[in-house]
Amino acid sequence: MTTVTEQPTRRLNTAKAMVEAIAAEMERDDNVFVLGEDVGAYGGIFSSTTGLLDRFGPERVMDTPISETGFIGAAIGAATEGMRPIVELMFVDFFGVCMDQIYNHMAKIHFESGGNVTVPMVLMTAVGGGYSDGAQHSQCLWGTFAHLPGMKVVVPSNPADAAGLMTAAIRDDNPVVFMFHKGVMGLPWMKKNPRSIGPVPIGEHVVEIGKAATPRSGSDVTVVTLSLSVHHALDVADELAGDGVDVEVLDLRSIVPLDTDAIIESVSRTGRLVIVDEDYQSFGLSGEIAARVAEHDPGLLRAPIRRVAVPDVPIPYSRSLEYAALPTPARIKAAILEAVGR
Amino acid sequence: MQASDQRALFDQMVLIRTFEEAILREYHADKSPAFDIGAGLIPGEMHLSAGQEPVAAGVCAHLTSNDAVTATHRPHHFAIAHGVDLDAMTAEIFGRVDGLGKGRGGHMHLFDPATHFSCSGIIAEGYPAAAGQALAFTRRGTDQVAVAVTGEGATNAGGFHEAVNLAALWKLPVVFVVEDNDWGISVPRAASTPVDSNADRAAAYGIPGVRVEDNDVEAVYDAAGEAVARARAGDGPTLLEVHTLRLWGHFEGDAQGYRPDLESVPEKDPIPAYEAVLREQGALDDAAVEAAHKSAKDAVETAIAFAKASAEPDPGSVRDYVFA
Repeated sequence: MTTVTEQPTRRLNTAKAMVEAIAAEMERDDNVFVLGEDVGAYGGIFSSTTGLLDRFGPERVMDTPISETGFIGAAIGAATEGMRPIVELMFVDFFGVCMDQIYNHMAKIHFESGGNVTVPMVLMTAVGGGYSDGAQHSQCLWGTFAHLPGMKVVVPSNPADAAGLMTAAIRDDNPVVFMFHKGVMGLPWMKKNPRSIGPVPIGEHVVEIGKAATPRSGSDVTVVTLSLSVHHALDVADELAGDGVDVEVLDLRSIVPLDTDAIIESVSRTGRLVIVDEDYQSFGLSGEIAARVAEHDPGLLRAPIRRVAVPDVPIPYSRSLEYAALPTPARIKAAILEAVGR
Repeated sequence: MQASDQRALFDQMVLIRTFEEAILREYHADKSPAFDIGAGLIPGEMHLSAGQEPVAAGVCAHLTSNDAVTATHRPHHFAIAHGVDLDAMTAEIFGRVDGLGKGRGGHMHLFDPATHFSCSGIIAEGYPAAAGQALAFTRRGTDQVAVAVTGEGATNAGGFHEAVNLAALWKLPVVFVVEDNDWGISVPRAASTPVDSNADRAAAYGIPGVRVEDNDVEAVYDAAGEAVARARAGDGPTLLEVHTLRLWGHFEGDAQGYRPDLESVPEKDPIPAYEAVLREQGALDDAAVEAAHKSAKDAVETAIAFAKASAEPDPGSVRDYVFA
């Protein structure tokens, strides 16, 4: 963690931590404003903007029509004129109706302009499943965004990182895709991990984009993961500690840039790698991490890499099927035990 | 109109045409005997705007460099009329380091912050940015205006409607321009668009819609003047369609075998037509016409020479500018 240990904290859920970070930046910089579907009076379907309308008014907290190409494109245009919009795509699954704005415009204008035009904006979006929302409202898809050059991709797992990464994202001169898992928001109406409520530093708090965290150190096996799966991995690690398996958990926090050094450093100590990714397995993040380790030095590995990801099926509706597809604690535990030869 | 304003429109159109003819010459210079789209001093697709000069000249006459213009895959006429630096623009078309995008963009991706000019190669997707630029202008309390340009083929795409809706909803200072050149590559307008005038679509968004016929630069000038004034006054967007002319192919190398009107196209050229009108009215004489062509030729050949003298980007810099 990059937080100063002496800094006073308060306990917030992840949603509130994000809101407080946005509010602080709106206070600091008139160019920051929020737009998206139901970000005003509703406060964001997953509470990512709760209370901002009352504090900043409709000029800076703008409900939009259901028109993602229109309002994300408008955010891009405003950003090229020096504003710092935070635009919400309600579910990442909806990217299909507006991806041209995202990957052909938001992500490419700086490059195409030879660095003469910056696009300082945050595209924040809800990801993840586990509550039977079906195949069009439960995906993570971060690998899709990370695959396309020109946008940073941050994926916080806890309140303090969500706040610090949001602050960093707003101040960044690049477009940043901020992907928050519904299951880490600490919402009262959804099953949540206890760590979705936690201490958040009061005052200036920035988490550098591109630095992984190590919420648990261990010597037997490295679990590289992100977002909600961090909590599953930590829970499994606690359980396995009693069985004499010492698990290190690496929380990537961002995947563009990807903290390859932190992954290599950990694997070089443990010699074993389990990758837990709530995105589709093939052609994505888990394969990329495996490739980077292998490219660096395949001799680091004392056992084959294990992957726990969504097995290339759409996210099913039925609870029994959905939990067969998601990277559950049981699947993570089994993969760790395989990796350590138990 | 005053004769000086008429001459300014004429001069602007001559400059644009002179530029496009020079790009045409350079583009094809080393693509023979066999046409190879990736070969030569200017590689890649090349969409030239000859015939559409009245739209750019008539609209941009009302703008300053503080106003924004977002154009299309066929952007040169609007870039020139909006005052984008000709040397840097030409160097970008040649893919050189002194280009607007240091060779990263190319002719469909010209970005000039000095004049708030941009363009997009994706049909209709340049429109939404104009709403955002206008939102920024409104937020800052300036009287800047954003102009969004697209072709008539784009009016059937979602991005067009989402952007017009948003600008109308938020009463943003945008002028939406549709260049109806009759053709979406090879598909005639009648095969893609169910209404005779895209100006009619403005009614769906509760904003004024105007269609200018006959590629008439003065009619464009008048209609755009009203639209820009309306936007500057805070009265919201206007949709302005101009029936213009694609004098050449969709892109260079397009033999246009699909085009039944091909033989009659040259006689519809708007520049000789406007020259004749102005001569008739006494606003132009031989000397003024000659001066317009000489001035345009000097500027264009200087820009071509500048581009040719500029270096190719260093391959070692390929990773630059992905991130700020």
